[in-house]
Amino acid sequence: MKKLLNTVYITTEGASLRKDGKNLVAEVDGAERARVPFHMLSSLVLFGAIYVSPALIGACAASGITIVLLDRAGRFQARVEGPVSGNVLLRRAQYRVSDAPTEIVRSLVVGKIANQRAVLMRALRDHGAGFAVERRAAIENVVDRLAHIIARAERKDDSTDAMRGSEGEAAHLYFSVFDDLILSPASELRWRGRSRRPPLDPINALLSFLYALLTHDCRSAAEAVGLDPAVGFLHRDRPGRPSLALDLMEELRPVLADRLALSLINRQQLQASDFVTEDSGAVRIKDDARKVVLTAWQERKKDERLHPFLDEKAPLGLVPYLQAQMLARHLRGDIDAYPPWFWK
Amino acid sequence: MEDEASALMEEREPIPLSALQHAVYCLRQAALIHLERLWEENRFTAEGHVLHVAADKPGGRRVRGVRRVTALAIGSPRLGIAGVADLVEFRAEGDHEIAFPVEYKRGKPKPHRADEVQLCAQALCLEDMTAQAVPAGALFYAETKRRVEVAFDSDLRALTMSTIDALRDVFASRHTPLPTQQRSRCRACSLAGLCKPQIAGRAVRDWRRRTVDRMLTERI
Repeated sequence: MKKLLNTVYITTEGASLRKDGKNLVAEVDGAERARVPFHMLSSLVLFGAIYVSPALIGACAASGITIVLLDRAGRFQARVEGPVSGNVLLRRAQYRVSDAPTEIVRSLVVGKIANQRAVLMRALRDHGAGFAVERRAAIENVVDRLAHIIARAERKDDSTDAMRGSEGEAAHLYFSVFDDLILSPASELRWRGRSRRPPLDPINALLSFLYALLTHDCRSAAEAVGLDPAVGFLHRDRPGRPSLALDLMEELRPVLADRLALSLINRQQLQASDFVTEDSGAVRIKDDARKVVLTAWQERKKDERLHPFLDEKAPLGLVPYLQAQMLARHLRGDIDAYPPWFWK
Repeated sequence: MEDEASALMEEREPIPLSALQHAVYCLRQAALIHLERLWEENRFTAEGHVLHVAADKPGGRRVRGVRRVTALAIGSPRLGIAGVADLVEFRAEGDHEIAFPVEYKRGKPKPHRADEVQLCAQALCLEDMTAQAVPAGALFYAETKRRVEVAFDSDLRALTMSTIDALRDVFASRHTPLPTQQRSRCRACSLAGLCKPQIAGRAVRDWRRRTVDRMLTERI
């Protein structure tokens, strides 16, 4: 199987990156801080003002290593990449199916809601005894209602738009009990509903940051197998939006991002003081805390899980690639549907 | 009408000779590489590249009545195939020369005929280009460092023609066939990770339905 290669995140502003032989070298104030061989790397993600030498850009393009530039808050700015892995037949199939994507959307929606439900059930198993009766009842109620929505999406011959509606309904239910999953007593770290662009509280800032990392991985996965990341199924086309990356991300969000956010807060690896509120009311993670998040993210990606359809163990970080690959195999006619990734 | 058809034949992209060898091994492998443009470097293919560096420099020299030409571009518009021969020896035979293709291969002689078919296709090209019969050629294996002489008999010619036909159908339909049933070939295949032979043809919808049904009966 494909190896899980590393993503290197550079968060120190003013750092400079250069090529030395077959290595990436990171320097801060002229002192070498890191050295990574190219063959261990799948991508470079840079936050804020980082200098990259032209020779390094060339070497990355030649080795299939993508360079992604984000601003300090983690918002996407640009990406640099070499020749696109090309398969015009696959892309044509993707475009054709995107006009009538019902079956793919069904898999994505069923997979996502099943994983949201699994997150809630896991919380009940792990912490249920400590929950107040009404909290426990509220979560159990959502678990049951999500089960109904999953059964409906799987069993009923719903239209694509009806399934998009189910996805929204499930998200609303899931986030209605999300606050119950937060064990921290800090009043700043409560969940009062989703806010983004900008996130208005620490939990939303953390989720937005993790979703950005996951989007980047899903986009790279789509491109690695030759799919067009801009043409989605669940997400409709919108110029500049990586709709397919967002599609691939949906079923992974609850497990890779939401659960990681909860455990960072619940284990008090992050505190209210790790976030700053800007004049606009926008909340962002402080630079030092961002390193904590990135380290946890990289560690989480190494966790191995049984892939339910392939029936083999794979690190979580490889799941976006495997899912993109199976989507490609479905579009090329090898299998009659896209198999969702169900978390167990 | 006939002119139009033959004009179309000329326009058509020729089938690469190297694809024939893949197609004998597994038609899906040939489709994944040449139709879908998937390619995964592994140890075997990397060694193949190193081996070919020596043979890929075009040139020629004469040794004892044999003119040796390396990296010779060959093709047959009639059959719709083209490629590059590692080495062709032109052996003096009275007032003319007989072509004798030699293909360099990593490893050792194999239990299947993929290498022989690729070599035979070179012979068919050389026959069309030189208007002379090409009765034999050789495979040189790096691991054993031996030449294995191959006679282009009617069996091998028939297998080569049927492989060309099968590959042409795949390219025309643009459809990637299912994996070979000979799973020992999958284990030795550099493309297995991209091909995913274990999932092709599986009923995903049934699997999804069963998984959902089981999941929804599980309680907390």
